[in-house]
Amino acid sequence: MAELKLSNVEKAYGEVKVLRDINLDIKSGELIVFVGPSGCGKSTLLRMVAGLERITGGDFTIDGVRMNDVPPSERGIAMVFQSYALYPHMTVRENMSFALKLAKKPQSEINAAVERAARILQLTPYLERLPKALSGGQRQRVAIGRAIVRDPKVYLFDEPLSNLDAALRVATRIEVAQLKEAMPNSTMIYVTHDQVEAMTLATRIVVLAGGGVAQVGTPLELYERPENEFVAQFIGSPSMNLLPGEIVETGAQTRIKLDNGGEALASIPTKASDKGLKVNLGVRPEDLVPTEGLGLFSGEVEFTEALGEVTLLYFKKVGESAGMVAKFPGIHRDLRHKAVTLTADPSKIHLFSNGRSLLYR
Amino acid sequence: MHPAFQAILTIVIGVGGCIGYFYFSNLFLDKVLFPARGENAGRNINRANMIRPWLFLLPAMIALGLYLTYPVFATLKLSLFDKSGENFVGLGNYAQMMTEAKFWEAMRSNALWLVVVPALSTAFGLLAAQLTDRIWWGNIAKSLIFMPMAISFVGASVIWKLIYDTRPTGQAQIGLLNHIWMQFDGGWGSVLLLRVLPAVLLAGFAALMGWLAWLLIRALMADRAGGFWLRIGRLAGAAISALIGLVAVIWAFGAATANLPYGAPQQWLTIPFWNNFFLMAVLIWIQTGFAMVILSAALRGVPEDTIEAAILDGANAFQIFFKIKVPQIMGTIVVVWTTITIVVLKVFDIVRAMTNGQWGTQVLANYMYDKLFTASDWGVGSASAMVIMLLVTPILVWNVYNARKEMR
Repeated sequence: MAELKLSNVEKAYGEVKVLRDINLDIKSGELIVFVGPSGCGKSTLLRMVAGLERITGGDFTIDGVRMNDVPPSERGIAMVFQSYALYPHMTVRENMSFALKLAKKPQSEINAAVERAARILQLTPYLERLPKALSGGQRQRVAIGRAIVRDPKVYLFDEPLSNLDAALRVATRIEVAQLKEAMPNSTMIYVTHDQVEAMTLATRIVVLAGGGVAQVGTPLELYERPENEFVAQFIGSPSMNLLPGEIVETGAQTRIKLDNGGEALASIPTKASDKGLKVNLGVRPEDLVPTEGLGLFSGEVEFTEALGEVTLLYFKKVGESAGMVAKFPGIHRDLRHKAVTLTADPSKIHLFSNGRSLLYR
Repeated sequence: MHPAFQAILTIVIGVGGCIGYFYFSNLFLDKVLFPARGENAGRNINRANMIRPWLFLLPAMIALGLYLTYPVFATLKLSLFDKSGENFVGLGNYAQMMTEAKFWEAMRSNALWLVVVPALSTAFGLLAAQLTDRIWWGNIAKSLIFMPMAISFVGASVIWKLIYDTRPTGQAQIGLLNHIWMQFDGGWGSVLLLRVLPAVLLAGFAALMGWLAWLLIRALMADRAGGFWLRIGRLAGAAISALIGLVAVIWAFGAATANLPYGAPQQWLTIPFWNNFFLMAVLIWIQTGFAMVILSAALRGVPEDTIEAAILDGANAFQIFFKIKVPQIMGTIVVVWTTITIVVLKVFDIVRAMTNGQWGTQVLANYMYDKLFTASDWGVGSASAMVIMLLVTPILVWNVYNARKEMR
């Protein structure tokens, strides 16, 4: 049960600012996921919240108390590391009780906390083992258990699943989700570069890019109403197609004439003054449908990937533009080397001017 | 011929001989014995590769066999024969040795060396490794601490002999220790530094030992379920700690009440009992650098995130060092400790060069040397060599076992 607030938080190494103007309000009971490309500073931000990295500017508060200079152990946080960071010379029980022992809690209380956590995580049979005698998934659970026994206000996860193999990752992801459900009042911050983890776990996602926050929102908000081209292309796989064009008709709906000769209608209201505005039209591969008439794109399918439930169609590049990708339900291997014209429902069209969505003007 | 020229010639012949041996023996194997051509080319290559390791091992095996394995058995045989090595006397040499006071003196000093030198060298090395880790001039400090390793034991002994040097009263003291000693005049500064400080340190150490003993006793009382050997171990640990604590209390009392001969230059190396420690200082000075380098590398190998996890768990700097870092490098500490222990058991040069075993500083290796080359008693000399080997072997086995475990 804790509310976190970051106001104008920044991180500088000497002259180089790696993070700036980070403003976040995290409410009690939320599971916030930080996503972003490698080197965007998401782990650094998490480590600043943990107190492992110094905050060089701005304020960070938990429940209204300024935490910038509070030592990590007094912030009421617990962290699960990517590499688990278990103490190799201690048994599972000692690993989990280390923090409580340092806090000089009575032995009976320590035992109760450890056994409770072990029961939740199904670690009871392994309590007297050393970490090296455990599998990757079990080690990860010990790391989570070490966080649980401290009963922290805030849980921090730093890419906790990235060292696990694919099948185990899915299973552990579900365990984390169930853990969150079992502790509805605890606040969690979760760093990942895996979109699926972000979309499935988060109550809200924070997309970080270039040292700043690109967008904060629920997974569906980010998917359906991306604020800018970066978020639009970062969320969703394969990423959103962008096609340059120009607004030709304004009003409750907007008509766009594309540079490739195609045309599209978007259910985004525009002002009369927007006429002639250069825009990038964004459309997700899964929203594209074939058409007989004039669509927003037509070209030759260069390559197909049949994934079973869907087929990805990669179109031949035209000039400088990035390659188009479409995702059709079912299997369509026969479309290779065929010419296809694509269109999309007006409600599925996104418009960006100078990289920013027209929805958020 | 000039000795330097001789040395260069030896190096050229030795290194050239090695290169020549490896080159020509491999050539012979590949071209003459199993040539890689003809109808058996494939089989010949395989055979040549099975023999090749032995070509490389052969010189080392011959040298070790000739200079290590054979002497062990020859020494064992000699230790069972008399002075001249002609008449069989059974265990007579060993029996004679047991009756000699000088032998027991050597055993006692060796035991003292064995406890003090590895412990202090490892402790100082660990301290230096940790303290030099995060400072910008750490590498300079490390180089300086490591430098004594490059000095031979005899060279180090000469340096320290100068430090302990004594001149008659009235003359300028060229020994560093006597120079410092002469600064003390019995005033309040002397009392503070030479009585109060050591007494407080010793009393503190005694308190620490007492606390340790109490902890062990408490654990013994609380944990009734503990195994038999665990309980015995705890009891023994408590008894030893209490005993060491008691000695420390007596020493603290002695330090506080000692009547110190202020103003008179001291012949440090002739002060009974304490001169052992003055000799040990030399070896500690040398071995600290070794311990530091190995332990420094081990400390850097401790995963950073376990330290960060400990910070988040609320550990302070001391707890991180003693509960997270040290346990993780315990294997390396044991290897360093046992390696120094083996050096200590063989210590000879320092004692030989500084006191030659006089004034109660005899050690086993120097005792052996005296018997062998001064008294020309091959029997007792060999017997004492066997004793040293018997003492070293278990530590050596443990050392190799731990080192191999570390490498895995």
